[in-house]
Amino acid sequence: MFELLGIPPQALFGQLLLGLINGSFYAILSLGLAVIFGLLNIINFTHGAQYMMGAFVAWMLLNYIGIGYWWALILAPVAVAITGIVIERTLLQRLYHLDHLYGLLLTFGLALIIQGLFRNYYGSSGLPYTIPPVLAGGFNLGFMFLPTYRGWVVVASILVCFATWFVIEKTRLGAYLRAATENPEMVNAFGINVPRLVTLTYGFGVGLAAFAGVLAAPIYSVNPNMGADIIIVVFAVVVIGGMGSILGAIVTGFGLGLVEGLTKVFYPEASATVIFIIMAIVLLIKPAGLFGRTA
Amino acid sequence: MRFKHTLVAAVAIMAVAGQAYGQEISIKIGVMNDRSGLYADLTGEGSAVAARMAMEDFDTAGKGWNVEIVSADHQNKPDVASTIARQWYDEENVDVIVDVPTSSAALAVNQITREKDKVFLVSGAASSDLTGAQCSPNTVHWTYDTWALANGTGTAMVASGGKTWFFLTADYAFGHALERDTSAAVTAAGGEVLGAVRTPFPGQDFSSFLLQAQASGANVIGLANAGGDTINSIKQASEFGITQAGQKLGGLLVFITDVHALGLETAQGLVLTESFYWDRNDESRAWSKRFAENHNGNMPTMIQAGVYSSLLHYFKAIEAIGNTDAQAVVAKMKELPTSDELFGEGEIRADGRKLHDMYLFEVKKPDESKGPWDYYKLVNEIPAAQAFRPLADGGCELVK
Repeated sequence: MFELLGIPPQALFGQLLLGLINGSFYAILSLGLAVIFGLLNIINFTHGAQYMMGAFVAWMLLNYIGIGYWWALILAPVAVAITGIVIERTLLQRLYHLDHLYGLLLTFGLALIIQGLFRNYYGSSGLPYTIPPVLAGGFNLGFMFLPTYRGWVVVASILVCFATWFVIEKTRLGAYLRAATENPEMVNAFGINVPRLVTLTYGFGVGLAAFAGVLAAPIYSVNPNMGADIIIVVFAVVVIGGMGSILGAIVTGFGLGLVEGLTKVFYPEASATVIFIIMAIVLLIKPAGLFGRTA
Repeated sequence: MRFKHTLVAAVAIMAVAGQAYGQEISIKIGVMNDRSGLYADLTGEGSAVAARMAMEDFDTAGKGWNVEIVSADHQNKPDVASTIARQWYDEENVDVIVDVPTSSAALAVNQITREKDKVFLVSGAASSDLTGAQCSPNTVHWTYDTWALANGTGTAMVASGGKTWFFLTADYAFGHALERDTSAAVTAAGGEVLGAVRTPFPGQDFSSFLLQAQASGANVIGLANAGGDTINSIKQASEFGITQAGQKLGGLLVFITDVHALGLETAQGLVLTESFYWDRNDESRAWSKRFAENHNGNMPTMIQAGVYSSLLHYFKAIEAIGNTDAQAVVAKMKELPTSDELFGEGEIRADGRKLHDMYLFEVKKPDESKGPWDYYKLVNEIPAAQAFRPLADGGCELVK
């Protein structure tokens, strides 16, 4: 059998597929961040905590009131989005006219508080959440065993990413949103309630994070630190893709998942750093990011 | 303002008076561990709870001792651990640091403790280097170490047919030490090591590394990691059908809190080595019940039990010599035989290694368990004399 860079091709395909699965999480999370930054100009550091809350709400629904995975996939994002809307109405709204740093500090502080509260009540080891029976088991693809659930994660995230891109770039609602970021006074004058639009957008971005959290619950242990670990990588993804670029967030999310997957084969020790090396290079060559517009 | 001055003067006089008696024993204990990350449940606040229980059970207050406990979060980072240790020793007059999981952090604290001539009672960290190449007259390594884990789980798995091994190794001092000691144990028992992959610490997704381990065709995938890393590796190995396809997982360091987090459905059948299990005898059950009442109903890990037991012995040594001089106390600790309700009878060797029996457990099947925390069945007792690395093999300079 021929080998590619010293690795049998089957193993390579397997690793690429795994990279795509991790990339799915990066894509949904960075998409939410990009939507929030693009329309609110807020660097939402609470995003990781909101992803974690999504997983926890799914766990609570199952263990406290017996509501299973499929309903959780809808209910958890809605519930977390509502907490996001409360945060936007009471706190974030006061910061829009200030420097980015204020929003960053506020959301970072909130993330620490939320993670601390969950750690206090549920400990740090995590809680078990089993894969729904329909998605249990897997397929033998010849070159690897693909768990059905991981396949579902890729499909679900591609659908959600595409739908979000479509709404923002191709529909009338999306046009309002984009217009509201360019010139809020003008859009307001046309009779559109811009503050409400902004609030709902934040809620939607937060809901995306929670959706990723529910998807992650059966794979990773549901633990208070799950968001803190992933959010730094996701921020790197957003920077590489270009702050606020919807398409950039999606494409780089999947792309970097693949790069990370390959690094895990060729030089595993560097797999936690490779994304940051790429970020440094991109910032040197194209400071606005791969898909970003230079202001 | 005047009142404040009076108060300061009064305190100063009392302090001088206390010194004049010269007999009063004053100890400040620093519990340093992970209070927020992947090791927080197996060390964390639980270790501070155990330290307070040791204080109460020894009745330090009744003996007229002035004992104070402080705690800090080292975030599993050696640099943070060093900063806290220096601050505690230099500015806050801490006499003894206990626990300290994460071997890289513990090795740093080990150095500083020796330099400042204080006492270090290790319970959380695993690297056998703490009583080997890096042993110190100021350090006692209490609960377990990588050699004991390798010797327990590694040897048992080779004996039950796991001849070839592939390691998933957490990429820092602990993982490296555990891989090294387990490789030695596997080879000595007639097995063979096929390879290893070093995984970034801490990690979330281990599927890629697990597939590499699967491709190696080894009988056993040795997990040289701990806490959240182990939980995720085990969960994902089951998800990717690796365990179902016949390869076995060697969880080299698995704590009861990890099993609790995994659930028995996923964890069943794992073989693991521990020095303490709450449900082993009447004494351990009674103590653990008291612990759980103070710690949100959670049962103690062996690390938390070790913090309690090591402090009790530390107090006994101080009582015997009548002062807190660091090297004298450690020397006395080594001289006195150890004995308590949790670890039974034992001793501390010249290199600082505490000796006691170790136990090989198997995780119960869901239908064998009577409820939460009823997780282990005893497979084998490893007597103290065989459980730890022979004194001569460690390369410790204190051993002549």
